[in-house]
Amino acid sequence: MPAVVVKDIVKKYVTKKETVTALQGISFEVAAGELFGIVGPDGAGKTSLFRILTTLLLAEEGTASVDGFDVVKDYKEIRKRVGYMPGRFSLYQDLTVEENLDFFATIFNTTIEENYELIKDIYSQIEPFKKRRAGKLSGGMKQKLALSCALIHKPSVLFLDEPTTGVDAVSRKEFWEMLKRLKAQGISILVSTPYMDEASLCDRVALIQKGKILAIDTPAAISKNFGNKLWAVKAENMFGLLKTLKKWEAVKSCYSFGEYYHVVMKTEIPDGQQIVSYISDQQFKAIEVKQIDANIEDCFMALMQDPNN
Amino acid sequence: MEKEKSHSVTGSKTGIINSGKVITAEKLTKRFGDFIAVDHISFEVSKGEIFGFLGANGAGKTTAMRMLCGLSIPSSGKATVAGFDVYHETEKIKKSIGYMSQKFSLYEDLTVRENIRFYGGIYGLSNKQIADKTQYLAEHLHLTSQQDTLVKSLPLGWKQKLAFSVAIVHDPAIVFLDEPTGGVDPVTRREFWELIYDASEHGITIFVTTHYMDEAEYCNRVSIMVDGRIEALDTPKQLKEKMDCASMDDVFLHLARKAVRGE
Repeated sequence: MPAVVVKDIVKKYVTKKETVTALQGISFEVAAGELFGIVGPDGAGKTSLFRILTTLLLAEEGTASVDGFDVVKDYKEIRKRVGYMPGRFSLYQDLTVEENLDFFATIFNTTIEENYELIKDIYSQIEPFKKRRAGKLSGGMKQKLALSCALIHKPSVLFLDEPTTGVDAVSRKEFWEMLKRLKAQGISILVSTPYMDEASLCDRVALIQKGKILAIDTPAAISKNFGNKLWAVKAENMFGLLKTLKKWEAVKSCYSFGEYYHVVMKTEIPDGQQIVSYISDQQFKAIEVKQIDANIEDCFMALMQDPNN
Repeated sequence: MEKEKSHSVTGSKTGIINSGKVITAEKLTKRFGDFIAVDHISFEVSKGEIFGFLGANGAGKTTAMRMLCGLSIPSSGKATVAGFDVYHETEKIKKSIGYMSQKFSLYEDLTVRENIRFYGGIYGLSNKQIADKTQYLAEHLHLTSQQDTLVKSLPLGWKQKLAFSVAIVHDPAIVFLDEPTGGVDPVTRREFWELIYDASEHGITIFVTTHYMDEAEYCNRVSIMVDGRIEALDTPKQLKEKMDCASMDDVFLHLARKAVRGE
């Protein structure tokens, strides 16, 4: 049985002035034991989706189930089975670390001791501070406590809404290593992120933008489906080069990527020579052009610009 | 520990930047009790430079930025911003800088036009200057038809581009950007950086923090803070060569993993 099934879900927010459609009829499935990523920028609809699946919000249309239970009819059953870590820190700031964890264990009819093995890896890092109030913890420690509380009742599906937003690169890496270890224990994980580079750490991802899914697949398959040759280009005076490339009518798209620009041509070319000669004619020096494989962010931007999306 | 001189006055009285350096910091330090949040950092930033200020959470970036913005008085060391001293000329510093953070930047319940007018007014622009800026920005950001739209109904990417433009509405010597692109879609993130390049070409110095390591590559120079100290400072190319790393991501991980203290 799939961990999550989402079918034609539509979510609208209606005010007097306007109607915002946060989710425009999206569908996907998450297999049991899968680490599934929802990747997209702010406003894509990620949080609405998570709130619908955790039975905190009702969709206008469509159906969804978690662990085989319907999100509307069987909401009580779902609440027992899922762990949810919202984007905003939602623990009790004036309870200590230990009191928070104990509280969540108790309302799920369990004890810290019973499921300690599951959270040991994460909780042991903050255990030295267990008498500290949650409100006084650093960002990284709050995150570890929130994850421990979401896991203490041994959920079968774990929902993590942007757990790494605003977190530095080192802590992000550590967090993903924790997720891999949780996955190894058989928990299905649905995680959202605005960081495109994190997509490659998931088994499968859905790229989402403005309430629509742009693509669902393994990260490798999404990259493979890029559909165009991609050229990495650099030279001295990079900003000048950007302006030149954007003005060149042979160029379909040009985006900065670290020290290179990633360029797609309107008509495919056999090698980079045409690009080299064009920009050297424009007096650029130290030119480097090479063909590269597309990454998830290249794909996301190409899909965003596709008029069919 | 050796007793340090509490501070010394630097920076010319007129605020003219003589050396072409928009920021100078020498052994700049901030202590909170026994905790040394910023530990003797020294660096300079030139006019028009795009300076990336990186570090793990808790490395001391925010504290350092607050001192440079005139919001927090250092415990010791020297620094000037736009030629003004961070101990004695904090009000002059505030007038000479722009600031934009991810969290707070614009008034959501004001329209695009009202936000520009508000910030222009705060920074002492004349009505004529405000009118000119409003028109220029509306065209430059393709917001002409949205001028009377409430900022809260603009997409996040547009908000951030408008927030940046408003932060430099008074043509400051330097603008501080604290994680300006968090959560923004990848296309808009790049458009945002084009605005940064454009401002830098017009002589505005950019001081920027980010968690996106690809953005570190777009900076002229990058400093990486670890445990309150500047552990590395150079061009992205030199940093990668020196540490034998393929990307700035690797450079950052290599350095930041040395951190002893938590957040």
